[in-house]
Amino acid sequence: MAGRKLLLDNVHIPGIETFEVYRNNGGYKSVEKALKSMTPDEVVEEVKKSGLRGRGGAGFPTGMKWSFLAKPEGVPRYLVCNADESEPGTFKDRYLMEKIPHLLVEGMITSSYALGANYSVIYIRGEYFWILDILQKAIKEAYNNGFLGKNILGTGYNLDMIVAPGAGAYICGEETALLESLEGKRGNPRMKPPFPAVKGLWGNPTVVNNVETIAAVVPIVNLGGDEYAKIGVGRSTGTKLISACGNLVRPGVYEIEMGVSVEEFIYGDEYCRGIANGRKLKACVPGGSSVPILPHFLVTKTADGQDRLMTYESLADGGFATGSMLGSGGFIVFDENQCVVRNTWNFARFYAHESCGQCSPCREGTGWMEKVLNRLEHGHGNMRDIDLLAEINKKIEGNTICPLGDAAAWPVAAAIRHFREEFEWHVNERETSQKRNFGLISEKNNVILTNS
Amino acid sequence: MIKVTIDEIEIEVEPGTTILNAARMVGGEIVPPAMCYYSKLPGTGGKCRTCLVEVSAGSTADPRPMPKLVPSCSTSVMDGMIVKNFTSERVFENRGGIVEFLLINHPLDCPVCDQAGECHLQDLAYEHGSSKTRYEEERRTFDPIDIGNTIKLHMNRCILCYRCVHVANQLTEERVHGVLYRGEHSEISTYIENIIENDFSGNVIDVCPVGALTDRTARFKSRVWFLKPMEAECSCSKCSGKAVVWMFGDEVYRVTTRKDEYDEVEMIDGKPGWICNECRFEKKDLSKWNITGPRKIDRHSVISQGKYETKIGRHHKKTE
Repeated sequence: MAGRKLLLDNVHIPGIETFEVYRNNGGYKSVEKALKSMTPDEVVEEVKKSGLRGRGGAGFPTGMKWSFLAKPEGVPRYLVCNADESEPGTFKDRYLMEKIPHLLVEGMITSSYALGANYSVIYIRGEYFWILDILQKAIKEAYNNGFLGKNILGTGYNLDMIVAPGAGAYICGEETALLESLEGKRGNPRMKPPFPAVKGLWGNPTVVNNVETIAAVVPIVNLGGDEYAKIGVGRSTGTKLISACGNLVRPGVYEIEMGVSVEEFIYGDEYCRGIANGRKLKACVPGGSSVPILPHFLVTKTADGQDRLMTYESLADGGFATGSMLGSGGFIVFDENQCVVRNTWNFARFYAHESCGQCSPCREGTGWMEKVLNRLEHGHGNMRDIDLLAEINKKIEGNTICPLGDAAAWPVAAAIRHFREEFEWHVNERETSQKRNFGLISEKNNVILTNS
Repeated sequence: MIKVTIDEIEIEVEPGTTILNAARMVGGEIVPPAMCYYSKLPGTGGKCRTCLVEVSAGSTADPRPMPKLVPSCSTSVMDGMIVKNFTSERVFENRGGIVEFLLINHPLDCPVCDQAGECHLQDLAYEHGSSKTRYEEERRTFDPIDIGNTIKLHMNRCILCYRCVHVANQLTEERVHGVLYRGEHSEISTYIENIIENDFSGNVIDVCPVGALTDRTARFKSRVWFLKPMEAECSCSKCSGKAVVWMFGDEVYRVTTRKDEYDEVEMIDGKPGWICNECRFEKKDLSKWNITGPRKIDRHSVISQGKYETKIGRHHKKTE
């Protein structure tokens, strides 16, 4: 499959981060097209037709999200871009914003026009301080060239845009926590409902979208929604940025057409070119740290033997028993030399550190799991602990205010489901487990279907 | 008016009522426990997750069950909604899990805690907790902090319900009382251990569901079940002057607000009956109060003995 690029097509051009070069290469065309020849509703309609789904992780249809936006008279509406990308393994937005910041600014202008927002905010992760400068420079250039400010391109549409940095909290990537943080409060997620589309930033209707989602609006407006929808498979349309990392020959950010097979993505010459150092694939986390881990025999094939594709549906095939999620596109690959217990502990440590501490299951549960996994990894665990972990998981999952609890529970649950042998080995072979790694798990002994 | 069914009891309520408040209109066993929700403090609720209930039908228009358990304190009822609280196995199981989470870092120092006897966590652990802990790790500990001369903060016992934060937010514009750090390291703190400079700051003690905030003028004086709660009045320029004095013989040991069966402050003349710091901390002399009669403490605690016996009776029946 020839890889068609819509977002990162021009990224190799020197100076593309400046307004002149970007404009000369067809930049800001979508703004001109939308503002001069389309009504806001027509833009929303194109996005609906395109089948674009949120690229931040949940995969909610963007057009539908936009149409939920409440539009009471005389109340301002806001568009907020969620650039608080902090999931371990995900770094696609960083690449996009670093290399081609004007694409995001252009998408923001077009999307703001579609939503009728006159004030939009890019909320960026605090650790991305240098990208803050890049974006601010891009926004300033857009102001100077009449694409932002009052009466844009003489159409009478006004838009102001700012970049707001967070203070370095993963939880502020949750949309309501992000809004709290923007309002200058502690970044605790809000209770939903009301959803941000009704009551968001400063109590006004707000749409929160991921960087890549907003950037994808640019090709959708340029090509038309129907044309965009032709790329991809089924309900997964368009292109997706995948940040591949781990034991790969060529890790990095790739723009793929939805529907590339996982096998091709890992082993193909155009993409990651296989596992580094001639080792074997052991496991893969296909969508950032919060999605379930897959053992080697379920990565390229689904449980019923079909090829697994890089789409929302195919990666989720088999539910959580034998599938995973596309998530935010943080593709983490482990070779046979990696320890799944250690990795699970590492993820659990991250979530325990990043839990906001507002609701009890997440606050206490994530910390508890981290401590139990820490013991297991360092050879102080016992068999009881493995079942205890599964129990804690069940009590956290679905019982929290925001999805962070689920995100903390899923990777641990999946690791135990697929790699129980390895956890047990850490208990039975305490000393050996401190010296060497378990290696590959066997396909035969893994009873996956009983644990659905 | 819309119809909602909670544990097979049908009730008509105003639109916009939460499941918890609808259940409270019926009363009794169908009322889910609430550790963080406090009806007199806008914005509370949703945090402790003990009030999770199962919704087996969303509404008449959309009778699908809700996939997750929902917090009853912040979920509005819909017409035709069917809610299961104590009739649901799933609720019971998950609530047990929440209680376990609340207890893993709780010191369980009830024998020396002033809240013992009127503690929500005790009640909850009695009903849903297990008799053994599975937590083998070290518990997190903090040093007790004095918030001014009158309030003591024991972070070890805190369950982070945020009720006191909401009281402080109502009392003052300044953000002097809030939560520091995050995750399991979160702690309630006043800005560099300052006092909340307000005549009504003592009410944080009354809203605390556990023994994290206690009255320094009454600490360690007596167990609550040895005291006589009496309704009393005094003339006060700051508050209504209507309170409950807790007496030992003729001595006033402590003064609190009047609380209803859900341990929330009672409405007095259409307003929440918060009392001022002067009434609470300084009027420890019977001559300053006009006793109007005994106070019935209508909660499932050891203070109201009749209730305590029925609870034990029921428990025994179950185990037999």
